[in-house]
Amino acid sequence: MEDVKPQLLKVTIDGIEVEVEPGTTILQAARKIGPAVAPPAMCYYQPLKGSGGKCRACLVRVAAGSAKDPRPMPKLVASCLTAVQDGMVVENETSPQVIDARNGVVEFLLLNHPLDCPVCDQAGECDLQNFAFDHGKSTTRYEEDRRTFEKKDIGPYIQLHMTRCILCYRCVYTADQITNKRVHGVLGRGDASEIGTYIEKAIDNDFSGNVIDVCPVGALTDKTYRFKNRVWFSKPVDAHRDCPTCSGKVTLWYRGEDVIRVTARKNEWGEVLEFICNTCRFDKKKTSDWTIEGPTKISRSSVISANKYRADTIKPSFGQRLAAAEYKPIHDERDTSQLDIKQLAPERFAKVLPSAMEPEP
Amino acid sequence: MAIKILTEHINVPGIETFDVYRKQGGYTAVEKALKTLTPESIVEEVKKAGVRGRGGAGFPMGMKWSFLAKPEGVPRYLVCNADESEPGTFKDHYLMKNIPHLLIEGMIISSFALGANKSFIYVRGELMYVIHILEKAIAEAKAKGFLGKNILGSGYDLELVVQPGGGAYICGEETALLESLEGKRGNPRNKPPFPAVKGLYQSPTVVNNVESIATTPWIINNGGEAYAGIGIGRSTGTKLISASGHINKPGVYEIELGVPVEDFIYADEWCGGIRPGHKFKALVAGGSSVPILPANLALTLANGEKRLMSYESLSDGGFATGTMLGSGGFILFDETSCIVRNTWNFSRFYHHESCGQCSPCREGTGWMEKVLHRIEYGHGHQQDIDLLVDVSKKIEGNTICPLGDAAAWPVASAIRHFRDEFQWHIDHPSEATQPGAVYRGEMALV
Repeated sequence: MEDVKPQLLKVTIDGIEVEVEPGTTILQAARKIGPAVAPPAMCYYQPLKGSGGKCRACLVRVAAGSAKDPRPMPKLVASCLTAVQDGMVVENETSPQVIDARNGVVEFLLLNHPLDCPVCDQAGECDLQNFAFDHGKSTTRYEEDRRTFEKKDIGPYIQLHMTRCILCYRCVYTADQITNKRVHGVLGRGDASEIGTYIEKAIDNDFSGNVIDVCPVGALTDKTYRFKNRVWFSKPVDAHRDCPTCSGKVTLWYRGEDVIRVTARKNEWGEVLEFICNTCRFDKKKTSDWTIEGPTKISRSSVISANKYRADTIKPSFGQRLAAAEYKPIHDERDTSQLDIKQLAPERFAKVLPSAMEPEP
Repeated sequence: MAIKILTEHINVPGIETFDVYRKQGGYTAVEKALKTLTPESIVEEVKKAGVRGRGGAGFPMGMKWSFLAKPEGVPRYLVCNADESEPGTFKDHYLMKNIPHLLIEGMIISSFALGANKSFIYVRGELMYVIHILEKAIAEAKAKGFLGKNILGSGYDLELVVQPGGGAYICGEETALLESLEGKRGNPRNKPPFPAVKGLYQSPTVVNNVESIATTPWIINNGGEAYAGIGIGRSTGTKLISASGHINKPGVYEIELGVPVEDFIYADEWCGGIRPGHKFKALVAGGSSVPILPANLALTLANGEKRLMSYESLSDGGFATGTMLGSGGFILFDETSCIVRNTWNFSRFYHHESCGQCSPCREGTGWMEKVLHRIEYGHGHQQDIDLLVDVSKKIEGNTICPLGDAAAWPVASAIRHFRDEFQWHIDHPSEATQPGAVYRGEMALV
């Protein structure tokens, strides 16, 4: 019997058409097109069921509901939860209303989130930092006192700095779905809500460390790594080991010869698809514990790529092409004959600097 | 003589007991429904009646019922939303306290129409004495064979449960209510799926307001067309209005929809006018979440016609010149009221009651409250007024549930209609912070 393939649905996002399977959300469809049109997501985390819809960062405008019913949706919708319809037209970056709403979300999230990136362990790999860079402003209109909390150790390896928390609920879903001893959740209401553990309990199960990876900001941090390094000074390397508890596929973060941090591997959307156990994360910090696979692929736009060069990304011709693009002939009318300066003939640059051959005005 | 559908017998001594309620013609609608009607025909009657949800949204009740999914082998639920806690709204409480059997009769008919064998009345936890009244009435109805197994020999079973809520305003939002009823934190769910498809325990569920459900016995006894004949246009039937503020006779009144606002305020039958020696300044027509209107716009439409107590007339002109009937929480302010203080007070409530799940509501409601507090206490800056407008716009329509809108509308409308008053607070901080200080500049007093 032949497999019956579901009929694909056509959806247009920012003018780009893509075909997706029924049940796909707008966010997933946009991610299929690529990062240029993918809405930001602070609370949505694909491997976690029930995540999404809370931060409102991924709001988009549905300009046409479907081919059958082309009426626009009255309000902006959360793209991470809204399933696509055949013929749906979505405006993301092209809608001023969407951009305005996102600017608002950044402003709201930053009301109580301290801009302590210079001392935060998440700096350089923080979703809120990226979101604010794309949609935020350099000033704030908020004059009131910000909420602050004491730092809490919620287990032998994890520190909770609630002041930075944006209440995305990701860690709550993680604890609920991948561990069997959930002891933490959200307490309180409104802007007084906070992540907390059940009456001073600690999060101490085998997979507790994964709450660190899913945290989009620096609220949950790895105590074995805190303040050891800046992420852009470390060298990420993919590695694996034969682990009886998890897949054992990790990223090792080196500084010099030392493994200073172990994390689960993240995909291009910053999401962990295979969660790792605490033994791999916290106890295996020697190169000899691991089989090294090779350098982790990091986006060139990421700050983690700073000062790292790879044969496939840095071509020798790059510098020459850059110089050619920015070449400007110098019009120096001074008499240089006495200075022993010789102007080289433009022909010498002709191959890589075509602009040098242009006649002077 | 004004027609009464819900409150006709409310002043009869002992009406809270089964026997007295029965003597007044109670439970005849249940007999008629279970013995002579089918669930489908009851839904049709409710549709014909054109009754709109009385919880605030005004969505047609019959249409909501017809959306209910009916998969085989899956239970269906009816949940009565009795979590009334909007500032200024106290009509459901009045109905349940005084005539509980009317709600129970409505629950039996509605549950039968929807095919629900277990229904819930979710009551705000603070109203414990109302919960006791309802539980007593349920026990009486059960003893008389109107609840439980095989009601009146019809083969239909219904169990009715009264569930006290935790006392959070957000639990009045239908999906948060369902979460709370399931024993979880009362956070609203993202929609879709709507409760009609996946509601309580992931089963098809209808959530209706107390007043909406209490209309069904009358509709069954008198027919949907008779109900539709009352009221005006698409605002059919009667409405309970909880009137408060600076009026001579605060209380709960049942009015035929379409009564002029002016008549409702000044007639002796209802509010009995503004308190002596004072003038009408502003009106919140449907509970604290709806936009506030200045006196002139509250009484007349933009075209000069009289404004009526109906869904359409109150919303005439959108939010620029109109408001909403909402839940019927009618609050009138005279010239001694400070709009800034009042707006801050409402804002304080929504800040406190935000569940904190989505960022615009969690952070925005607190921000608005703090800025309003600053203005009220003489520390406002010139840019604060536009800041409030901008923040309210960033919240409105961008949240998971309507609490964000409910928090944004009072602030935006107060500035829209009473900007001078906010400006006066900023320009005259020492004067504005004096006890009882109220802006006496140009305003449309009636």
